[in-house]
Amino acid sequence: MASKKFKSEKLIEWTMLLCSMVSVLTTIGIILVLSIDSIKFFEEVSFVDFLTDKQWTPLFEDKHFGIMSLLSGTLLTTTIAIIVAVPVGLSIAVFLNEYASKRFTSIVKPLLEVLAAVPTVVYGFFALQFVTPMLQKVIPSLAGFNALSPGLVMGIMIIPYITSLSEDALRAVPNSLREASYGLGANRFQTAFKVMVPAANSGIVVSIILAVSRALGETMIVAIAAGQQPKLTFNPLESVETITTYIVQVSMGDVPQDSMEYRTIFAAGMTLFVFTFILNNLSFWIRKKYQQRYE
Amino acid sequence: MVQENSNIILESFGTYKLRAKDLNLFYGQKQALKNISINIEANTVTAFIGPSGCGKSTFLRCFNRMNDLIEGVTIKGEVMIDDVDVYKNMVDVYEYRKKIGMVFQKPNPFPKSIYENVAFGLRINGESNKSVLDEAVEGSLRKSALWEEVKDNLHKSALALSGGQQQRLCIARAIAVKPSVLLMDEPASALDPISTAKIEELIYDLKDLFTIVIVTHNMQQAARVSDKTAFFYMGELIEFDNTDKIFTNPAKDATQNYITGRFG
Amino acid sequence: MSPKIKDTLFRIFAIFCTTLGLATLLILLVDITIKGITRVNWSFFTNLPSRLPEQSGIYTALAGMVSLLLFTLLIALPIGILSGIYLEEYGKKNRLANFIEINISNLAGVPSVIYGILGLELFVRLAGLGNSILAGALTLSLLIMPILIVSTREAIKAVPNSLREAAFGMGATKWQTTSRVVLPAAFGGILTGIILSTSRALGETAPLIVVGALAYVPFIPEGPMDQYTTLPIQIFNWTSRPQQGFVINAAAGIIVLLLFTFILNGIAIYLRNRWYKKTAI
Repeated sequence: MASKKFKSEKLIEWTMLLCSMVSVLTTIGIILVLSIDSIKFFEEVSFVDFLTDKQWTPLFEDKHFGIMSLLSGTLLTTTIAIIVAVPVGLSIAVFLNEYASKRFTSIVKPLLEVLAAVPTVVYGFFALQFVTPMLQKVIPSLAGFNALSPGLVMGIMIIPYITSLSEDALRAVPNSLREASYGLGANRFQTAFKVMVPAANSGIVVSIILAVSRALGETMIVAIAAGQQPKLTFNPLESVETITTYIVQVSMGDVPQDSMEYRTIFAAGMTLFVFTFILNNLSFWIRKKYQQRYE
Repeated sequence: MVQENSNIILESFGTYKLRAKDLNLFYGQKQALKNISINIEANTVTAFIGPSGCGKSTFLRCFNRMNDLIEGVTIKGEVMIDDVDVYKNMVDVYEYRKKIGMVFQKPNPFPKSIYENVAFGLRINGESNKSVLDEAVEGSLRKSALWEEVKDNLHKSALALSGGQQQRLCIARAIAVKPSVLLMDEPASALDPISTAKIEELIYDLKDLFTIVIVTHNMQQAARVSDKTAFFYMGELIEFDNTDKIFTNPAKDATQNYITGRFG
Repeated sequence: MSPKIKDTLFRIFAIFCTTLGLATLLILLVDITIKGITRVNWSFFTNLPSRLPEQSGIYTALAGMVSLLLFTLLIALPIGILSGIYLEEYGKKNRLANFIEINISNLAGVPSVIYGILGLELFVRLAGLGNSILAGALTLSLLIMPILIVSTREAIKAVPNSLREAAFGMGATKWQTTSRVVLPAAFGGILTGIILSTSRALGETAPLIVVGALAYVPFIPEGPMDQYTTLPIQIFNWTSRPQQGFVINAAAGIIVLLLFTFILNGIAIYLRNRWYKKTAI
C-alpha cells in the first residue's frame, strides 16, 4: 500500500515537472525557430547588406533587405513613447509616494492601471482617428500616418508600467531614511529626489528598461497609426513602419513558405527578439543584484 | 562659530529651552499623551524613561513635529522651543527642523558616502562651497569622535561602517547643521556595549553645545548621562526631577516601582 | 531656485501628469463612445461581416473569440497551474529552479508578435494545423502561460505555512496537502490569475494575425480545425478601411470589446480584494 502511494506521488510530481518544462521548451522553441530561418535568410543576404542597406523592399521587384529603415521606425516611436512615459510616470510615482494622501493614492493608482488593461487595438484606433486629426490642426505638415501620434499614445499606455514599479521601489526604501531626511530639515522635494529616488534607483531603472522593452514590441498601435511603408527617417511627422508592423503586414498577405519573403519575417523577428531579450535579462539581473540591499 | 556663541549667550539667560504645557496627543480616537507639562533648561541632558509604549518617544517627536509624518495625529496644548509655539506659530516646519537634530534608534545613514551623509544637511541649505563643506564635515566628525576612524575613507559608503560607527555618523550628520537642540530616541539600544559606552561619553561632551533630550530604556544609562530625568507611564508624565533624586529617592510610588524593576 | 519653489513647482507638475494620464483615458472612452454608440444595436451583434458597413456585424467575431478562448484555457490552465504549483510547492532552490525562473521572467517580456512567429512555424506549418482555431489557441496558451504561472505562484506563496504543517502533522502526503489544503486556500488568487490572463488573451491581435486568423470570416467556426476571426481582428480590419461607415463599426466593436475587458478586470480586482481580506491573518 505504502509503495503504491509513493508511486502515485512520484507520478504526480513528474507530471508537474514536465508541465514546468513547457516554459523552457517555449524559450528554446522561439530561439530555434527564429535562428533556423534567419540563418537561411543570411545565406542569401549578406549581414553587411542587412545592416547597412537603406531600403527594405522584400515584397517588391527591386529587392532590398536593409533592416535600418524598419529599425528606425521602431526606435523613433519607442523614443517618443519613452520621452512621454518616463518623466510623467516617475513624477506620478514620486507624488503618490511622498506627497499624496493614502486616499488619493488608493483612487488614482487603480485608475492608472486601467491604462494598461485597454487592448492595444483600441489605442491604435484612438491614435489614428482622434490624436492624428487633433495634432494636424496644430501641425499642418503632419502626415496622416506618422510616428508622433502612435508614439504619444504608446507613451500614455506605458505610464502605469513605470509608475507601478517605481512606486513599489520607492515604497521598499526603509522609512528610517525618510525620517532621517525630514529630521534634518529637508522638505518633500529634497527628501524625494535627494534621498528616496537615489535609494530606489535600481527599481526605477528596471521599470524604465521594462517600459522600453514593452514599447519596442508594441504592434497594433503602430500598425494602425504609423504607416505601412518603411522609411529611414528620424522625423516624427512622417509615416514610418516598425519591425512589428512589417511582420503583421507580411502575415496578412499570401507568402509562399520557404521563400525569401517568408524568411524576412524571421530575420526581422530575430532582430526584435535580440533587443528585447537583452533588455529583459538586464532588468532581471539588476533586480536580483540589488534585491538584498535593505535586508 | 558665530551661531554657536550666540546660542550660548541666549542660554546663559536661563530661559527654558524646551517647554510643553498641557500637551495631549491622539492617534485617531486613541489618546497617547495626557496633559504633559515640562520645562527643560538649556545645555542640560534630560532623560525620558518609562516602560514600552508609555509615550516617551511620541512626546520626543512632538518637539520637531516628526509626528506630522503620521496620518491621523491630532495635538492639543502647547509645545515650545525658545518660547515660540511649535504648532501654532511655526510657519515653515522644514526651516524649523533644521534647528533641531534627531538621532534615531536604529542607525539610518543614507546609502551615500560618509562625507555626503554629513554634508547632506548643509547641501539642502544651499551650501556648495567645497572648503566650507570640508570644514563642517571634519568638525562634526571630530565632535562625534569618529574622525580618526574615517578620515582616510570619507568617500567610502556609509553602509560599510559598523553599527556603532554608523550611529556616531548619524550624530555627526545631525550636528553638522549646528542645531541648538539634540533629540535622541534610544540611540544606543541597537548597539554593542563598547559602542554604547562611546556614545554615552559623546553625550557628556556634547552637553556644552546642545540641549539634549534622550529617550532610553536603560536606567543605568539614564543615571549615567543625564542631569534630569522624566518618568513616563501610560501617556502621562509621572515625575520630573534631578536624576540622582529620581533614582535614589523618588517622590511617586509608580516611579519607585519602575526603577526597582517591579514592572516595565 | 529655492527649495520651496522647487517643491511647489514639482507638486503642480505631478498633478498635471496625473491629470494627463487620466484625462487621456477619459477622452478616449468618450470619443469612442460618441463615434460608435449609434451602431451598437441588436443587428450589430447578430450580423455577419459584409462588404457594406451598415450590414456588417460582429457575430462571427464573437463566436470565433469564444471558441478560441475556450480552447486556449483548456490547454493553458492545466499546464500553467500545475507548473506554478510545482515551482512553488515542490521546487527546491537549485540551479534548475533558478533557471526556470529566469526563463519565465524572460517569456513574460517577449513581444506578442514573436509568439505569433513561433506559432506560425511550429503549429501552422510544422504541425500542419493551418489557420485553425487550434493553432491560434496553442499560440495564445504559450503567450498567457507566464501570467498564469506567476499568479499561481503568488497565490500559493501567500498560503500560511501553518496550514501545511497542520496537514503534514496528520500524516498527509505532499500531494494530499497540496490538493486538499494549499490549493483551496490559494483558490482566490489563482482565479484572479485566470481572469487576468483571459482578459489579456481577449485583447490580443498581432500574434493571431500572424498565425492566420482571418479578417473576413462569414461563418461560425464549428470545430477546432476551422478558420476563425476575433473581435480585435475585426476591429483592426474595419479600422484599416477608409469608408466612414467602417470607422463607426470599429468604434462600436471597441465599445463591446472594452465592456468585456472592463467587466473581466473588475471581477478580478473584486476577487483579489476579497481574497486578500480572507487570508489576512
